[in-house]
Amino acid sequence: MALHFELVTPAKLVRSEDVYMVVVPGTEGEFGVLEGHAPFMSTIRDGAVQVFRTAGAAPETIQVRGGFAEVGENGLTVLAEHVEA
Amino acid sequence: MASLKELKGRINSVKSTQKITKAKQMVAAAKLRKAQAAAEAARPYATRLSAVMASLAGKVSGDSAPKLLAGNGSDKRHLLVVVNTDKGLCGGLNSNIVKEARNQARALEAQGKDVSFYLVGKKGRAPLSRDFPGKTGEGFDTGNVRTPGFTEAEAIAAELVALFDAGMFDVAHLIAPVFKSALAQDPVTQQLIPVPAPATSAAADAVVEYEPDEEAILAELLPRYVKTQVFGALLEREASEQGASMTAMDNATRNAGDLINKLTIQYNRSRQAAITTELIEIIAGAEAL
Repeated sequence: MALHFELVTPAKLVRSEDVYMVVVPGTEGEFGVLEGHAPFMSTIRDGAVQVFRTAGAAPETIQVRGGFAEVGENGLTVLAEHVEA
Repeated sequence: MASLKELKGRINSVKSTQKITKAKQMVAAAKLRKAQAAAEAARPYATRLSAVMASLAGKVSGDSAPKLLAGNGSDKRHLLVVVNTDKGLCGGLNSNIVKEARNQARALEAQGKDVSFYLVGKKGRAPLSRDFPGKTGEGFDTGNVRTPGFTEAEAIAAELVALFDAGMFDVAHLIAPVFKSALAQDPVTQQLIPVPAPATSAAADAVVEYEPDEEAILAELLPRYVKTQVFGALLEREASEQGASMTAMDNATRNAGDLINKLTIQYNRSRQAAITTELIEIIAGAEAL
């Protein structure tokens, strides 16, 4: 029961891990992704991606700029141009 | 025959040249490892991006497709984006790139197209502006940063897209070296703008929801795709430069070694000859007494 989350920038693969939930700042509003989310694609605005490792844990925030998110069968992939951890 | 002193001087000068080439070779070897790692690290982003592009491009077609994908309807004016290195001492790399660019330009001109250049890096400017005077106006200088990164790629791509939007050219090609190994870096030409429609994955997979709609996402994705291509070219260039430099400097070091051996033999022979002559003189003098 985990969501596979990948965060990729042109320079490197920043994250590739299994987490509980990720909240992504989409252009048209924030959305949370849990395991089994329907296929979905959205551009994201500059802001913080919140990564919840386990249910109820304090989120880890990662600042991203310029990118988009894709939810597919194999989890969530966030492609961002810049990342500030 | 050169005098002993002259020979000694030459041997010393070749020795210092060898020291320099050896140092440059080791520096290139160290940098090559880094450049290769960087090129490797950039690959996941590129593959994911083109996968997404492929799935999107299949859905958006016809009139609604953005200009960057569909082109502006004509293919008269071609822009060749040539990626050269900034520094020399890397063997035939730059002249190979220039040769490829020249062949492409000639082929396009033979088809009656207008060709102009956009030069990245310093080393291609002189030969290309000699062959195609007045066509090498625009360019981007990567010489003032140590390792060109995504910021530079971003600037180049933004300028290219702006030029395209302003209608300065119809089709852009990217000519850049592709790093195969330290021995082989072949220049490769690929179309950059309009973005070549990727081979669509045949399986129309599950219904994907888009936010905002497909066109908006695609419109934002295309410039990013161009950026990634340019970034990839810069990384390949970096790896190719170091690889070519390493090989060239290895050859130079070896040649210098050969030359030193040859000169040393010559030096020893003439020293021996001088000693023999001296001895003969002494013996002849002693006999005369």
